[in-house]
Amino acid sequence: MAMTKIGRSSGTSRFFNICRWTTSLANTTTTTTRDETKILHTTTTSTSSKGGGGTTKSMNLFTAINQALHIALDSHPRTYVFGEDVGFGGVFRCTTGLADRFGKQRVFNTPLCEQGIVGFGIGLAAMGNRAIAEIQFADYIYPAFDQIVNEAAKFRYRSGNQFNCGGLTIRAPYGAVGHGGHYHSQSPEAFFCHVPGIKVVIPRSPREAKGLLLSCIRDPNPVVFFEPKWLYRLAVEEVPEDDYMLPLSQAEVIREGSDITLVGWGAQLAVMEQACADAQKDGISCELIDLKTLIPWDKETVEASVKKTGRLLISHEAPVTGGFAAEISASLVERCFLRLEAPIARVCGLDTPFPLVFEPFYMPTKNKILDAIKATVNY
Amino acid sequence: MAALTRRSYNLVNRISTTHAYTSHLHRSFSTDTTPFTVETSIPFTSHNCEPPSRSVETSAAELMTFFHDMATMRRMEIAADSLYKSKLIRGFCHLYDGQEAVAIGMEAAITKKDSIITAYRDHCIFLSRGGTLVEAFAELMGRKDGCSKGKGGSMHFYKKDSGFYGGHGIVGAQVPLGIGLAFAQKYNKEDHVSFALYGDGAANQGQLFEALNMAALWDLPAILVCENNHYGMGTAEWRAAKSPAYYKRGDYVPGLKVDGMDALAVKQACKFAKEHALKNGPLILEMDTYRYHGHSMSDPGSTYRTRDEISGIRQERDPIERIRKVILAHDIATEKELKDIEKEKRKVVDEAIAKAKESPMPDPSELFTNVYVKGFGVEACGADRKEVKAVLP
Repeated sequence: MAMTKIGRSSGTSRFFNICRWTTSLANTTTTTTRDETKILHTTTTSTSSKGGGGTTKSMNLFTAINQALHIALDSHPRTYVFGEDVGFGGVFRCTTGLADRFGKQRVFNTPLCEQGIVGFGIGLAAMGNRAIAEIQFADYIYPAFDQIVNEAAKFRYRSGNQFNCGGLTIRAPYGAVGHGGHYHSQSPEAFFCHVPGIKVVIPRSPREAKGLLLSCIRDPNPVVFFEPKWLYRLAVEEVPEDDYMLPLSQAEVIREGSDITLVGWGAQLAVMEQACADAQKDGISCELIDLKTLIPWDKETVEASVKKTGRLLISHEAPVTGGFAAEISASLVERCFLRLEAPIARVCGLDTPFPLVFEPFYMPTKNKILDAIKATVNY
Repeated sequence: MAALTRRSYNLVNRISTTHAYTSHLHRSFSTDTTPFTVETSIPFTSHNCEPPSRSVETSAAELMTFFHDMATMRRMEIAADSLYKSKLIRGFCHLYDGQEAVAIGMEAAITKKDSIITAYRDHCIFLSRGGTLVEAFAELMGRKDGCSKGKGGSMHFYKKDSGFYGGHGIVGAQVPLGIGLAFAQKYNKEDHVSFALYGDGAANQGQLFEALNMAALWDLPAILVCENNHYGMGTAEWRAAKSPAYYKRGDYVPGLKVDGMDALAVKQACKFAKEHALKNGPLILEMDTYRYHGHSMSDPGSTYRTRDEISGIRQERDPIERIRKVILAHDIATEKELKDIEKEKRKVVDEAIAKAKESPMPDPSELFTNVYVKGFGVEACGADRKEVKAVLP
């Protein structure tokens, strides 16, 4: 089912100034200054991209992911893409053109069976192949949860390194979209962050997505790659057309500041960026970090930042209790307790199922983040 | 006969206008209830059991009920289509038009004490289980007076007092639930059955086979109904299933293939299934049906099937047309009377929509209700733990 309407429901304080976003992207410089936020640009210092210096093209998230998949299949003959409806291009068009170019033996549809898809992918990966499984919506990943947790994550460990399914990458669109309701909006990353043996990666923009996805596919560990569905069409950026990879388990400071550190991932970063800009007007200098890889996560970068600012705020769409912000918070308290000026703030979704009509109330909106920034700074 | 039809028309008219706002599906017309038999369009195909007879017992009253109810359902779905396009319904909306015969035929064979559980294409089943149009439209628009208080939306219609267990978004997840319902019915020594509906896409879910095995092992009065509309979203059945003979998939569980566009055949099959399930345990019914709309409102429905196919089915197998033909063939009503009924349904549906629109959105405090049982006292944390903390009611 293609998401033809991607927009936020009215009456929400989480607005998006699309023009501002796209014009800030017209700038292709890669240095960040204090005042500007190049949220969708990766700084050269934090990338170890093989390419990234050649020609770029303006494209949105699903096109960037599509390019990454094309490159992945082109560069390695035993790479396969499969999932529900991927043959014609997928419901979000991430797999367009793959079946035509690489053939139905390598890009094929599966029946409606998530557990089967992931289990099958694990087996394929165990034979040394690169299996890229697509779960149509992250909300549907739960039948496959057993396979991911009990099979994929533990295969190398329990076989004493005889076998592994490192070639497995599971891609799933996640996150709110304005009208998704209970089963087309969930952010299940926290469930997977609790499983040693797999990696969880979430890109924030097209350029990030392409580089990170290629890294995930080539990483010798099973990876769950959540794609912010809200950004599939909305985020447009200059993306290098060549083959490049971005490092996993490396967070990126995308906005420098000195008063408070904000940590987030995926689509939520755009909201946080807006809050930072608003806070700037009130004289609060915010440092914004994109975690990118949730497990294993880059504790050092966050720690260094919190040691600088003394305050931390984490934001994600998933419900606050047991969300990944709790892990970040606990780790940082362990490491930076004496440096902290204020309790660590978590601005997250509410502890309810993802609601239907109440989405604007549920979401961690810009104003909620702004209030928390001010409360933390004024503690 | 003419006097009979005149009388029935007047009564039908009167009932409809007085019950405009609470338009339930009418079950009792004063028309003739003398039984006569009609042959189903095609014979039943069976697997591991003796198929029921093609001759279905029905009556003028029942046929008129079928017509009324299916016309209402058809109008409701089409109205939902335009409401969605005008953004009054948001989120996801999966329409059932074309498949009405399954809902109607099933209802005719069972009682409100039997349970039905289905997936997300549930608007018409809600109606056939006794739901009102106002509740349906209000729920679709996310209003307080909806059947799930506006918190469920299109995919989550429920009606507890008539055994309708919804309304499920995750494909296939409702089938094990249906088996559980059947267990409860058997344990309570009720002479009732549970119908667990699913689609041809869901037929490939592992949990279905788990549920089937449990139902067969414990002889549960469960009937698994595969509403085979031949497309799982955009994937044709032959692309997803090695064996699209879904009624045979039960192996040791008997199955029956039914023309799902023929309300009388559906009724006969469900009656047969109920008797079977109460005596011998589970059964699979495969309803050969078709949906005119795409999978949901985001799907035009024409990229994976030809328009000729859709209009062909509409011409040859439309469930409402079939009943119309039977009614006309038996002189139960005139063509004009039937057309008037359809026109009147249009009005009834429009009135229900108007009433539903008046209903307000649910109160924001409803965001927190019913997460747990009332009074459980669990703390819910808002966006900022310090400022917003609520004890869930």
